[in-house]
This record gives sequence, structure tokens and C-alpha cells, in this order.
Amino acid sequence: MKMRANTAIGGLLIGVLFATAATAAFWTPFDPLKVNLRARLQPPSALYWLGTDEFGRDMLSRIMAGAATSVLVSVLTVTFAVMIGAVIGVLTGYLRGWTDRVIMAANDALLAFPGILLALAVMIVTGANKFGIVLALGIAYIPSVVRVVRGTVLSIREKEYIEASRVIGNSELYSMARHVLPNSLAPVAVLATSMFGWVLLAESALSFLGLGVPPPAPTWGNLLAASRPYMESAAWLSIAPGLCIALTLLGINLLGDSLRDRLDPRMVQG
Amino acid sequence: MLMLGYLVRRLAMTIPTLLLVAIAVFALVRLIPGDPVQVMLGDSADPAQVDALRRQMGLDQSIPVQFGYWLAKVAVGDFGHSITNGLAVLPLILERFQVSAIIVLVAVTIAACVAVPAGLIAAWRQNKAADLAITAGATLLLSIPSFWLGLLLLLLFGLKLKWLPVIGYVPFSENFGQAITFIILPIATLAMIEIGALTRMSRASSIEVLRLEYVTHARAKGAPEWRVLARHVLPNAFAPTWTLIGLVLGHLLGGIAVIETVFTLPGLGRLLVDSIFARDYPVVQGCLLFTAVIYVVVNLVVDLCYPLFDPRVAAE
Repeated sequence: MKMRANTAIGGLLIGVLFATAATAAFWTPFDPLKVNLRARLQPPSALYWLGTDEFGRDMLSRIMAGAATSVLVSVLTVTFAVMIGAVIGVLTGYLRGWTDRVIMAANDALLAFPGILLALAVMIVTGANKFGIVLALGIAYIPSVVRVVRGTVLSIREKEYIEASRVIGNSELYSMARHVLPNSLAPVAVLATSMFGWVLLAESALSFLGLGVPPPAPTWGNLLAASRPYMESAAWLSIAPGLCIALTLLGINLLGDSLRDRLDPRMVQG
Repeated sequence: MLMLGYLVRRLAMTIPTLLLVAIAVFALVRLIPGDPVQVMLGDSADPAQVDALRRQMGLDQSIPVQFGYWLAKVAVGDFGHSITNGLAVLPLILERFQVSAIIVLVAVTIAACVAVPAGLIAAWRQNKAADLAITAGATLLLSIPSFWLGLLLLLLFGLKLKWLPVIGYVPFSENFGQAITFIILPIATLAMIEIGALTRMSRASSIEVLRLEYVTHARAKGAPEWRVLARHVLPNAFAPTWTLIGLVLGHLLGGIAVIETVFTLPGLGRLLVDSIFARDYPVVQGCLLFTAVIYVVVNLVVDLCYPLFDPRVAAE
């Protein structure tokens, strides 16, 4: 019962997020970048549902455009990290020996380092822009993917069907691509779900610090940062973007929990 | 004897990590597009000045020589000098680190004191009302971005109620009472965020332990329920949570920059971000390296203390 409620609420929140992001790519109520100095710092009204900012830009439109940016950056980052991480994980887990030992030593060293710091370090080199963030956060999260995939591969390579594939004369590479890789993807799917949340939060934090997607392009993080001087007179500017980040993370956490419960039913039945 | 072997093995594991971190931090400045010296001094810099700084930073040598030279200096605590104000980097970092360390340590302690019992109670009442309430609360806390929670607390207690100051910082050495008013909200923010993650961890490991035979045995021999929980479940469920506390400390050090930005505190995270904006690369390198070393040391200490909670680890 509880599990189904989790899945439903999580799915609804994430569904709304993706729908909003997709809509914003084609249409927003106002131009999110259009300055209108006669409508500065308007509180929420029938015309401007979430009010306007210090340049008279419509907050609802800016939040929708921010959703599009955040979703795009997070999806690209997770895809990038999972693709590179899965390849490295499968290779090390399957080949074992020295390749495995060297790569895993480096991987553990990277894991023993706060992800956001690693991302910051990479951003210094790539510069603050969309692709810099994808690269930086992607690199920061590759080590967790490698660890999960390698663990799964190590257990799969002992299975009979891999043995069978080898016996009928398939090459190592073919067995790996055709049988090991597809079967190691389930735990990665769970990881990727949580990772989407971490990446979205990290991207917002970097934008909040002024090290993410640069203004005037809106992201939830830089909208929050920009709202700070007006916190007392225009609190709605601080509340809406943060609430969006929180609801998204809540959706991801609920979905992630229900996925994990399915893999480990003991956590549900008492 | 077992314990000693564990200590040595665990210590040896930090060496590749530290070496890799050092290589990464060193490589960072070399990877920045363009000539780092030119970037630091600006386009209008005098060529003689550029040459001097290049020699001073050792950039006229080959890369491996540069790395060896740099590593030897870092190993004895010479992190170089700030480009913007000429101060030695390490003392600057240590001064800023005090601010961050107090906040992070107090927040983690508070979070652990709340989260470990909360998780235990949730596991004990699994799928009952108390569990649902605690799990829902933890998931909510886990979903709130720290910088937003910080802004909301500031809005409520600083701007609306006017109980606490909104901007600034006073060191403890100057005025103890005032210092507390400045760090109370950052600590509350971090503690609330981490309570979310720690409660869930504590609940999960308590559920595992509650299922084990020695718990059934303790109940069967008639031990009162509080004693089963306090004496048998809590110590065994605490070990995995203890490891997470180490990760949380590191996580907080990595994420402290946003909290220090919200509350305008002169901590290490703020120093790092300001130095990135100012292109003060020796300070950037120093902050990254220092945070990484602290992170490695914290996790080392956590792991070394781990056998105190679970002696089986040393025996493996």
C-alpha cells in the first residue's frame, strides 16, 4: 500500500517536471528573458501567477525555462556518466587481473573525494556553461557507476549462460557486449534514478554559487541566488524556485525508494 | 595483532588516494585553457613580470620536474602565496577552516543524536504509524536543498521575527555570545538536512539487525524490550551508520560553500569559491588539496574506529 503511494506521488511529481520542461521548450506564458521595467517585483497575480522579478520578467516563465535547462543538463549528465561508467565497469569486471586492480584503485581514490569538489575542479577548467557542467558532474559521478557495474558483472560472469556463450565459441568481446552488459543494467537503472536527483541538486548548487549556467538564462539555482537581495520585499522570488527543486528531489527519492523496495522486498514486509 | 594488521592495511590504502588527489590538483592548473600566468596577471601585464611569475611558479621546467618540486613543497605545508593579496595560502586556509569545522562538526553531532534513535524507533515499529511518520519526515528533509532551507530560516528568524542577525560573522574569540547567534542558523540548516539521510540509514540497518537470531534469542530469554533495543540492536545497527557519518562529514565539507554563501560566513568553502572567481589559482589548489586531505583523514579515523563498534572487521 505504502509502496504504491510512493510510486504514484513520485511518478506524478517527475511526470509534471518532464511535462513542464518539454512545454517550456516550445511555449512559456511570457518570454522568460523579456525585461519589463514597468512591472518590476510584482507579487503573484492573475496575470503573473508567480509574480515578477527585479527586471519585471515573469517568474512562472523563468521557472519553466529553468526546468527545461535543469532537466536537459541532468539527463545529459546521467547518460554521460552511465555510458562511460558502464563500459569501464564491464571491462574491469570482466577482464579482472591487473587492469582491474589499477582502474579500481584509481576509481576508489576518486570515490574518496566529495563529488561536488571534483565537479568544481573540472568546472574551473571547462568554464561555466551547459557543457562544462555536464562534463564536470558527469566525471564526478562516473566512479559510482563503475563500482556498481563492476560488482554486478563479477557476479554475472560466473553464471552458466556466460559459460555457455563461451563454450559455443563466442569471442570474449561478443559475450561481454551481448550477454554481460544487458544483464548488468538493472542495478544501474536504480542508481541512475537517484543520480538524476543528485545531479539536479548539484547543478542547482553550482548555479546558486554563480558557477553554473550563467545568467540571464534562468536555472532554479541562479533564480534563488538572484532572489536574495529582495528576500524581505519579494519573498515569492525565493520560495518558488526552491520549492521546485525540493518537489523534484522528493519525487526522485520516492521513485528511487519504490524501485529499491522492488529489488529488496525485505524492506517492505515486516 | 589483528587490530594492528587492520590499521596498517587501512593506512596504506590512503596513499594512492592522496597521490591521485595531488596529481589531479596539480594537473588542474595546467589544464586551464591559455597560459595560467597570463590569465592570472591579465592581458596588459608587463612581459618581465610574466616571466618572473612563471619562474617563481616553476612553469619553465618540464612537467614531471614541476610536479616533484610542487609535491615536495606541499608535503612540508608550503602551499605557495595568494595572487590577490600575497598572503601564505596555508595559514589563510587554516583560519577559514576553523569556521567551517565548528559548523560541520556541531551539525553532524546533533544530526547523529537525533537520527540514530529515530531510525531505530522507525525500524522497531516498522510499517506502523510511527515508522511512516519518521520515514516521511526523513524523506522530506532529504529532499530540501540546503541553500533553500537556509534562505527560508533566514527569512523567518532573521527578517520576519528579527531574533537573529542576517549578515555577518563574529569569531568566538571576540564575543562568544554573539558568535553563537551567527552560527545557530547554519548549524540548524545542516543538521536538519543530514538528519534525513542518517535516519534512513539508521532505519535500514536496524531493520537488518532486528531480524537476526540473537535478537529473537534475547527476547525469548525474557529481556525487556527496551533492553533488547538498547543493548543488542543499537550497538550492532550503529556500525554502518558510523561509516555514513564519515561520508556525511566529507559531503558537508564539499557542500559547505553554499551554506557559507547563504549566511555570509568566512569559511573554507567561501574562500574556494571567491578564489575561483578571482582566478587566484594557488588558493584554489590549496583549498581543494586541503579539503581532500581532511576528507581522507576523516574517513581514515572513521574506519579506524570502526572495529570498536564491530570487531569482526579487524578479523577479516
